[in-house]
Amino acid sequence: MAEHILEMREITKLFPGVKALDRVNLEVTKGEIHALVGENGAGKSTLMSVLSGIYPYGSYEGEIHFEGQLCTFRDIKESERKGIVIIHQELALSPYMSIAENIFLGNEQASKGIIDWNMTNEKAKALIQLVGLKESHTTPVKDIGVGKQQLVEIAKALSKDVKLLILDEPTAALNDEDSDHLLNLLMKINKEKGITCIIISHKLNEITKIANQITVIRDGSCIETLDKMQHDISEARIIKGMVGRDLVDRYPKRTPKIGEITFEVNDWTVYDPMDESRKKLDGISFHVKKGEILGIAGLMGSGRTELAMSIFGRAYGKKITGEMIKMGQKIDPKNVQQAIDYGLAYVTEDRKQAGLILIDDIKHNITLSNLKKISKRFVVDENHEKTISETYRTKLNIKSSSIHQQTGNLSGGNQQKVVLSKWIFTEPDVLILDEPTRGIDVGAKYEIYSIIQQMANDGKSIVVISSELPEILGICDRVYVMNEGKIVGEMDRTLASQENIMACILKSMH
Amino acid sequence: MERLKTGFKNNMKQYAMLIALVFIMIMFQILTNGILLKPINVSRLIYQNSYVLILAIGMLLCILTGGNIDLSVGSIVAFVSALSALFSVTFGLPVWLSIILGLLSGLLAGMWQGFWIAYVKIPPFIVTLAGMLLFRGINNIILNGKTVLLPELYTKISSGVVPDVIGDGSGIHVTTVVIGVLSVMVYLFLSHRSRKEKIKFGFEVETKGAYIAKQFVLSFVVILFAYWLSLANGLPIILVILGALIIFYSFLTQKTVVGRHIYAMGGNRKAAELSGIKTKKILFGVYANMGLLAAVAGIVFAGRLNSASPTAGDGFELDAIAACFIGGASATGGIGTVMGAIIGGFIMGILNNGMSIMGISVFWQQIVKGLVLLLAVAFDVYSKSKAKTAS
Repeated sequence: MAEHILEMREITKLFPGVKALDRVNLEVTKGEIHALVGENGAGKSTLMSVLSGIYPYGSYEGEIHFEGQLCTFRDIKESERKGIVIIHQELALSPYMSIAENIFLGNEQASKGIIDWNMTNEKAKALIQLVGLKESHTTPVKDIGVGKQQLVEIAKALSKDVKLLILDEPTAALNDEDSDHLLNLLMKINKEKGITCIIISHKLNEITKIANQITVIRDGSCIETLDKMQHDISEARIIKGMVGRDLVDRYPKRTPKIGEITFEVNDWTVYDPMDESRKKLDGISFHVKKGEILGIAGLMGSGRTELAMSIFGRAYGKKITGEMIKMGQKIDPKNVQQAIDYGLAYVTEDRKQAGLILIDDIKHNITLSNLKKISKRFVVDENHEKTISETYRTKLNIKSSSIHQQTGNLSGGNQQKVVLSKWIFTEPDVLILDEPTRGIDVGAKYEIYSIIQQMANDGKSIVVISSELPEILGICDRVYVMNEGKIVGEMDRTLASQENIMACILKSMH
Repeated sequence: MERLKTGFKNNMKQYAMLIALVFIMIMFQILTNGILLKPINVSRLIYQNSYVLILAIGMLLCILTGGNIDLSVGSIVAFVSALSALFSVTFGLPVWLSIILGLLSGLLAGMWQGFWIAYVKIPPFIVTLAGMLLFRGINNIILNGKTVLLPELYTKISSGVVPDVIGDGSGIHVTTVVIGVLSVMVYLFLSHRSRKEKIKFGFEVETKGAYIAKQFVLSFVVILFAYWLSLANGLPIILVILGALIIFYSFLTQKTVVGRHIYAMGGNRKAAELSGIKTKKILFGVYANMGLLAAVAGIVFAGRLNSASPTAGDGFELDAIAACFIGGASATGGIGTVMGAIIGGFIMGILNNGMSIMGISVFWQQIVKGLVLLLAVAFDVYSKSKAKTAS
């Protein structure tokens, strides 16, 4: 029997009115990679916050034993001293400081308060090499991509003599290539350095790949712990534990009724607003038909978001050339309002930063893009607004106390439903969705897919941008592949597969 | 019950400030041996604070767009009062014309700053800091550093009362009471209509008992207030102007599309832009509006002193900003109300007035005001962080 490095016993955590954790037990074996899965709001992050001392000893019930010792952490510093390091989903790096400075942030290599730069740089170089980061230690963190920033975080953790490394959704914002690199690195430091890892992730394929043990949490309770050696740890099996039932199909079935072309973009070229000599999009042409769900696949940074935003009333880009044709007529929306008037809608990639007014309530968010419809002579008819919002709340099954609830307090899936309501309310003909299910749990994803399909069945043209290939393959009727600002492939549903899409991308790189 | 609780929570900040206002009023009423709420002092409070309250309304709109403040309003007050002297005294124009020209100049000053902020994207702090120096300088050039007396008509606006057309001059200003009763009737009619409409749509409304109690208390307070004023000199003209501005800007922020856009922009500028809101136009608009309201305040202030002076409006910007924050506006934008800013302004005003009556030195007054501002915002931050952990 292997030794447990960590035992959390009967952990109960109460928030006013909510039991976030209910007598959760977690045992982590030394030297293993342990995965924590569960739907959003199941209590994974809360459990890790209890462990790392963000919620101090005494604010929860139960006991934590680390390396056989009872832990009474009052803050995150104390848990770090014991060798427990947590890397959050939102990276804690300072953008204008160099990689080396970031690695030793809060742990400066100094004597008597004066920083020893030689030691800092030397140690940083060694760590950079260890994590496989191909950057100079002097590069400011803002100049490297998210994937590399994630590596800096790991280097930072390693610099602290870590024994238990906790990663909260480390690959959520990464493309497949960066994700692979990160996962391989985790396996490497796990094997070579004997560092125990706890990884929280929604990406079940990754978990089945790297984890030895998987603990499933649902509604604040620990449901089961699966061991690779003893149990079946297929994705279907994990999902069953997460949602409490067999989810036969992750994508709802649909028989598409596809009509004539409704929207067309020809020879679309856009330059980078930061550097006007750089082409961001190069001669892109595509079309979408009535009732069709069109997918745009591609790696992160391939220009998909830029394409959507430049189409959507020139919200991105400089020196835009090319033409747009909608229902046989040439259109040229010069700002977002005009784009909305032409019947375009764009659901942003990042709903918190660019989709919602988080401090405002559901009803105000839903009507924001189409206040015209509910107002007379610039005066908003609040009763009409409430009726409309209530309709969407029911129709899209937005789980909330009422339409007066702040959107900042909703779960990711319900926030996304509010954003969708907002854009459906503008009555668009062409709806562009950018990463519509990012950070949303399995159950809510299914609901979002159903909504998207319903809109297509109502005769709207849908464009889905997604980094998750299974999602593209699961719901789209036709797929374009983008790479480095160009369309590098187009395929029908019947021909599309992960291999074909990757092949298009790889071929274009030569 | 749950609904009542959340409803109460949502309005807690606003009620908290109202409760604080009442508490401060009672405290000073006792400390000043009843002088604070004497009719003549109540009307003095209105005269003294009117211009800061007018500025606070404009400032609130700026703050709502994203915590943007305007440091130049004190200087624009001075600038406009100097122009009033220039137009009406030096050029000898009729007063009504020089008032219109004064308002236009304020609007232009606001547009000038709005241009730099919205279209050249210079931070408002910098632009209005420059404006603070710039407009103060222009004031000094116009006045040549001297104080200039203004025609008497200016004084009418800021210190006059509505003529008592009904009364017989027996000491009670009857017109004031009649106006008070009339406005209560209009208010009761409008709120009754909106309640009926809500019931028709099947929305939740407060219980009949609570509704009647609320209406009764409000009507009582307004009529008592009108009666109180009638015991002094009557209804100040400036209160009519202020009331009209409060109603107009409350309506603008709460009920109109533009108002929604202002709040949305302050809540999340990027999301607002991607929802089709023209944030630059709004930013330009609120600063132009601030200039206009600063001009109104400038004319009122000039009238109150009956002169234009080089130091007019000194430090007003800070009083207006403080009023907004005490009244519950968020320092990052998107949260705050016109009524809140007015209540915040009155809290500051009563602190000033009460302490002056008590003979506390100006230096101590500043210390108290500073601490009140700090505590009010600390309370705001505290209640917000508590709400966050609860969710």
